[in-house]
Parts: sequence; structure tokens; C-alpha cells
Amino acid sequence: MPLADLAPEIAVLVTAVLALLAAMALPQPRHGWCAGVALAGLAVAAGLALSQAGLRQTTFSGTFALDGATASARLLILGLTALSVGLSPAWFATDRRHGEVYAMLLFSALGAMAMAGAADLMQLVMGVLLSSVTGYVLAAYHRDWAISLEAGMKYFLVGALANALLVIGVVLVMGIAGGPGYAALGSLPRDPLAVTGLALVLAGLLFKLGAVPAHPWVPDVAEGAPVPAAAFLTTVPKVAAAVALYRLVEVVPDEAAPLRLLLGLVAVATMTLGNLCALAQDDLRRLIGWSSVSQTGYALMAVAVAGALPALIGFLAAYAFANVAALAVVAHLRGRTRIADWRGLGRSHPAALAALALAFLSFVGVPPLAGFLGKLALFAATLEAGLWWLALAAAANTVISLAYYLRVLGPALLSHPEAEAAVMGRSTAITLGAATAALLALTAAWAPVWPLLPEAVLP
Amino acid sequence: MLTLAVIVPLLGALALAALPLDAARARPVATAVAGVPLALLLLVWATYDASGGFSAQAEMPWIPSLGIAWRVGVDGMSLSLALVSAVIFVAAIAWPIRVSDARAYHAWMLFLAGVSTGLFVTLDLVLFYVFFDLSLVGMYFLVGRWGHGDAQAAALKFFVYTLAGSLLILVGIIVLALSMPDLTFDMRAIIAAPPLSGPVAGLVLLALVAGFGIKTPVFPLHTWLPPAHVNAPGPVSAILAGVLLKMGAYGLVRVALQMVPEAFARHALPIALLGLASILWGALVACAQDNLKRRIAYTSVNHMGYVVLGVAVAGSGLGPEAARQIALTGAVVEMVAHGLITGALFLVAGAIWQRASDHDMGHFGGLAGPAPRLAGLATLAAFASLGLPGLAGFVAELHVFLGAFAVYPWIAAAGLLGILLTAALFLSMLRQVFFGELPATRADFADLTRRETAILGALLALVVLIGVWPAWLLSLIDAGSLVPTLGPGG
Repeated sequence: MPLADLAPEIAVLVTAVLALLAAMALPQPRHGWCAGVALAGLAVAAGLALSQAGLRQTTFSGTFALDGATASARLLILGLTALSVGLSPAWFATDRRHGEVYAMLLFSALGAMAMAGAADLMQLVMGVLLSSVTGYVLAAYHRDWAISLEAGMKYFLVGALANALLVIGVVLVMGIAGGPGYAALGSLPRDPLAVTGLALVLAGLLFKLGAVPAHPWVPDVAEGAPVPAAAFLTTVPKVAAAVALYRLVEVVPDEAAPLRLLLGLVAVATMTLGNLCALAQDDLRRLIGWSSVSQTGYALMAVAVAGALPALIGFLAAYAFANVAALAVVAHLRGRTRIADWRGLGRSHPAALAALALAFLSFVGVPPLAGFLGKLALFAATLEAGLWWLALAAAANTVISLAYYLRVLGPALLSHPEAEAAVMGRSTAITLGAATAALLALTAAWAPVWPLLPEAVLP
Repeated sequence: MLTLAVIVPLLGALALAALPLDAARARPVATAVAGVPLALLLLVWATYDASGGFSAQAEMPWIPSLGIAWRVGVDGMSLSLALVSAVIFVAAIAWPIRVSDARAYHAWMLFLAGVSTGLFVTLDLVLFYVFFDLSLVGMYFLVGRWGHGDAQAAALKFFVYTLAGSLLILVGIIVLALSMPDLTFDMRAIIAAPPLSGPVAGLVLLALVAGFGIKTPVFPLHTWLPPAHVNAPGPVSAILAGVLLKMGAYGLVRVALQMVPEAFARHALPIALLGLASILWGALVACAQDNLKRRIAYTSVNHMGYVVLGVAVAGSGLGPEAARQIALTGAVVEMVAHGLITGALFLVAGAIWQRASDHDMGHFGGLAGPAPRLAGLATLAAFASLGLPGLAGFVAELHVFLGAFAVYPWIAAAGLLGILLTAALFLSMLRQVFFGELPATRADFADLTRRETAILGALLALVVLIGVWPAWLLSLIDAGSLVPTLGPGG
């Protein structure tokens, strides 16, 4: 059994168990040490993932693909999880169950990694479920706070429905294709049952992505979940689900089901709805949640055209690091959430607000930030495929999005402060710096990294 | 050399933002840094090779797989525009305005200076877009933070409006680059062999004209301009009018005219009509304004209308080739002249605001008494703006109309009305503000300081120089190499 092929996943699993054991053994004030365990384990896993980056094969009887897409997704997931872990010690310091957060984050990351590499429908279901079940817990972690509970509840209800649909869809598709492997999907006939099944599978993945119509959990989780968990849940499952979706869409022949066209329409609906709803928010965390919905819409543009895998991964990386950076700023300022409360903070906390400005401008796609380079790649891919309506919709949406980002940045940077703002501490400041550095490094290293991105997934 | 002209102000901005410099020293330091690109560009001009094509080229790969590289180089048009913007930046930065947080203010000014120079000297469409968008960011912060009145709303409107334009441009340039035989964003390659034809070219042209039209601005896409101008500090208004508006017009020539010439020729008439509408609408609406800055802002719409008309004539493919060249020369000279003249006018408006915190012309009168230097220089600038012979505006408008009469005589004739209206509105402005009865509240109105006089005087000396002896500018622009060679009718 080629156990070593899954070494990064196994490393994450072992680290999760170790972190859980440490949380049981340590007294509550020492639970912060579990973060060290988690970071060390994530570093080991990242090293293992890097050593496998050159592989192009499937493993475990074709159920798991080891290719460039898996390698990029693994590294992204590990990096984003590490940043979420970095935000946690200060945030959860007074939480009675502080130590268990790390195990939850790691298990959820494991589910995401399983999802991203899945080359088999059953494997996909397992990854989605593991990632979801842990996600519900993370969203509702502040169980004394109604808003957090509501977020967890909404995430759970939408997720339970979506996952049930996913399982039904998988059963239908398996029945038509004759097996769960992606290899069998290549010869999927044109059949109403197969189309129905695929649509249901898509519904499950769109839930993880936070795309229309399975998006309603995103703003609630962004608002109510603990900020480190929100940073995790709005990025890691998205990266995994986007790669999983890309794999699925690649193998299903266009004659069997017009998945690409469907996803193009979903992309337009998602970005438009996300942006329009974000316009009306008075709560910064909800605004970031809706903006995350709209960014998912842009990412789906890359799934809607063939051969846009580098654009997808590049854009996702730019989005994810910017989103974590934005939420890290929120965490650093102790979860300060009403937009009006951010007035004038640019004078008193210039570094944190500069990071927020960079993240938001990257979302808009202001050059030369990574978000722009990602959007440029997306626009080029869609226009090359002749989907001018998709590119124009994205351009119009970008303009809308600028309005609400500036509604936050304008008063925050241009006005005079009205009140003092307390900050969290050193660990959040360092994590915030790391997330911003990742965003800037991605911007600077775009040219050398771009040719390294995978051209295609394994068939 | 050109690379340095872009990088030095950007580094200067970074240094000003990061180093703990005394606020009082920020202006002299920033002025000195802003002088560097001017000196470098003058050096480029001294070694300029007028044999056509681009001079002082440099290239460094950035993202080779997408055909994006750091490419710089200038021809006559871009060199003259880069020079003018460098001059305006030195003037605007040196202008003694009282600002809070002077270090940050001057850092943003230098940032904008680097970005603007970059936009005019780059030869890569993606870099062009990068600089185009960064100019919006810089202007947003300058207007929003140091403006007065409802500055944040004006800055927001400016940013959102012009970002809409720039995204249309982005879509247009991606289509242009994708339709090249090898994916490239190299302007030289695309200009040498414009790849598009047929309906796609028409759509790309529509996107480009709308995008650049917003920035220029062309009627009916100009509505962001007046609030941005009114609420911005004087020197920032001078840069907005003198440099940023030129970016739209420059793009119209460089990208729309030179890269989709065939479609441009097919649709030159509607573009010329847009120019005419801007000329007339800008002048008419300007007449109705009581706010000094709003009035000057609307004359910008009017003047940019001449530019658009000139460009449309040049790209029409109709009439004698000489006429088209003359029209394009006129358009570029108008850009240069408008930059200097309107820059000076906005500095005058800024000086008045600094002394009175008021822009309502009804509250002024007879300022020529207490402030003769201000009145004299403002009068000179206003006369230049209304196209008095012997000043730069006249040279520009003469060329534009000479060319336009040969191609679209009716549009040209209607456009002449605009000149008449401009004359009326500037004369009434001068009468209201500087002549007549001096209100008692303005008795202690201070005249220009020596430094302000020197800066305004230098800008207007250039205006007179171009008006009296335009040959050096005309030969530098060399419009012959810009007009696309097409058969009649495209």
C-alpha cells in the first residue's frame, strides 16, 4: 500500500491527534502551546507536500490524484490553516475549550486536502463531509453567544441539505457511470439521470465554495464565527472545493452535461448577488463575508472555461491571503465590527489599516497587487474562450465592489479618529504581518511562480 | 533613463512616507525629487532621435508567458506630454499650500508624479493599465483626505466612475493582446500590425472610447469631474486637470486610434460628434456656474472636446492627409496647452481659496486692487484659455479647426461657437472676481507671494513661448508618424 503518497495528510492527522492529546493534558492557560504543535505539524506536512510536488500519478487504486493541482491546493491549505492557527491563541485565550480549536482546524484542513485531491466520487464525499462536520463546530465555537450559534446553525442546516444532495447525486452518477472513479465519468452518456446527479454533486461543492444558491451561510459565518475560524472557513474549504470542482468539470464530457455553461451562469449570479448584498452592510465582518461570496463568483469564471487551471489557482491564492489578512486585521482590533467604529483608525493604527487597505484593493484588483494579476489571468482566460459576457459581468461587478470597499476604507483612512481602539496582542500582529507579507510576496513572485502552476489536472 | 524617471519619484514617495522627516522640510524635499524626472526627461529630449519610432527604449521581462514586460520608450507625443506633466508636478508640489500632515500629502504627490510619468512613457499595455489605475488610487487619497467640503463623496464618485472606465479599457486591451499572432502586450508590435478587424474591432473600439472618454472626460461621461475639482485642494486640481485628464486623451490616440485604426475610421464621425457635444455642453454649462472652480472645471470639458474632435478628424481617414496631421498636431498641442493653462488657473483658484476659503464668484470683486499680481496672471491664463492669438491655446485650436474644416466642415463650424462661449465666460469671470467694486470684507486680501508669482509666472511663460514660437513643440510632436495610414473611408 503506497502509504507514503499520503504523507502530508497523515502528518496533519497525526498533528491533530497530538494537539488534541496536548489539550487534554495541559491546563487551560497553557493551551496556547497546542498552537505550537499545530504549526510544527503543518510545517512538516508542507515540507512533505513540497517533496511530492513533481508527481503526476493517482494513488490508492485511482481514488486520489497526486498532481500539480493537488500540490498547489495542499500548500495553500496548509499555509492558510497556519495563519488561522496563528490568530487563535490570543482570540481563544479565555475560552475554556481553547486547545481543542487546533485539533478542529487540523481535522478540517485534512478534509479539505482530501477533497482537493479526490479522483473518486466516494473520496470526494468523504472529504466534503469531514470538512463540513468540523466546520459546523468551528462556526459555533462561542456557544454562549447567540450570533455564533446562529452562524453554526445556518452553516449546519445549509450544509446538511447540500451534503444530502451531494450524496444523492453521487449515487445517481455512480449508477449511470458504473463506478465511483473519475476515469469512469469520462464516458458518461447523455442521460437525464446523469445530468440530475451531476447537478446535485455541484450543489454540494457550491455549498463548500459558498456560491449561489448555497451561499447564505457565508455572511453569517463571517459575522458570527470566531474570527480565526471565519478566516479559515471562508478560505480553506473554498480552495479545496474549487480544485475539486475543476477536476470534476474536466472529466465530464461536454456532451453529457453542459456543466461549464451552468457554472458560468452560477459565477455571474454569485458575484452579482455577493456584491449587491455587500453594498448594504453596516457590519464589516458581514461585508467581508459577502465580498467573499462575490470573489467566489470570480473564481468560478476559471472553472467555466477549459484550461484555466493556473488562473484559478493564482486567483484563489490571491483571494485567500487577502481575505485572511483582512480578517486578521479584524481579529487584531478585537473583532471590531461596526463599519462606523472604524472611522479614523488609519491615524491611530496605520499599519493594521494599511494591511486592510492592501487586502481590499487586492480584492478590487487594483494593480499591481496579486488580486489584479489574478483577475487579469481570469479575464484573459474568459475572453480567450469567447465568453465576453462573463468578462463584462465581472468588470461591472468589480466597479460595484469598489464602492463598498471604499465605504470602509474612506472613513477609516481619511477621517479623524473619534475613539481609542484596543488591539489584541503580539501574536495577532505577527499573523497579520505574515498574511500581508504572503499577499505581497505573491504579488512580487507572480512572474516566477506563474510558469510553475499546473497546466491541467490528471485525466 | 525613463525607468529612472518613473522609479525615483516612487522611491521618494516611499521615503517620505517612511522616514521621520520634519514636516516643514517635506515640500522642498518633494520638489527636489519631482525635479529629477523633469531633468531626466529633458535629457531624453536632448538626445531625442526624431527619425520616427520610439526613443530611449528599455525592456525588462516581467511575466514572459503572458507577453508582459517592463517596456519604456517615447515618441514625440508621449515625450511632450511627459515633459508637461513633470513641469506641472514640480509647480504643484512647490506651490505653498498649507496642509495638515504634509509628509503624507507630499508622499502621495510624488507617488502620483511617478505613476503619471510611467503612464506616458510605458510601451506595454498592461503597465499602461497599471499606471492608469494607480493614478486613480493616488488621486482618491489626495482628494479624499486633503479636500474640503464633501471631499470623501467626491473622491468616491471619482474612483468608482473612472474605475468603470479603466475596466472597459482592460477588457479592450486583453482582446487586443489575445488577437495578436503571439500573445503580447507590446504596444509597438500592436501598432505596427493592428490585429483586429470587423465587428470585434468595433466592440473593442467602443470599450476603449467609453473607457478613455470617462477619463478625458467626454460628454455625457463627465459628471464625476466637477465635484472632484471643486473639493480638491488647488494644486491637486491642477494635477487632475493638467495631467490626469491627459491620460484619457493620450490613451485615445495611443490605444484607440493607433491600435484599432480601421474601426476608428469607420466610427470617426460619432466620435467627432462626441467631441462637439463636449465643446458646446462644457462651454454652456460653464457659463451657468457661480463657483469659480466649477466654472474652470467645465471649461476643461470644453477644451478636451477640442482634443477629441482633433483626434476624430485625424482618425477619420477622410480628406487630405495633411489636414488630418494638422488636426492631430492641434489635439496634442491642446493637451499640452490645456495642461499648462488650466493648471495655472486651478493654482489661481487654490490661491483664492487659501486666502478666502470661498469659491463663490458672487462674493468677490475688484481683487485687482489689493492683488494686482494675482489679477494679472489670472487674466493672462484666462486669455490663454479662451484662445487669444499669441498664446498656446490659440495655436492648438487653430490647428484643430484647420484640420476639422477640411474633413467635417459643419462640425467645425458648430465647434467655433464653443470658442465664442468660452470667451464670454472667461471675461465675465474676470470681471466678477477681479474688477468692479471691492467688497469691504476683502479689503485685506493678500496678493501672491513671491514664490507663488514665480511658479505661476513660469507656467504662463511656457504658455506664451508656445504661443509665440510653437515650431519647436510642433516638430517634437511630429504628428505625421501618429496618423494611421489608411485608404479613404478606412
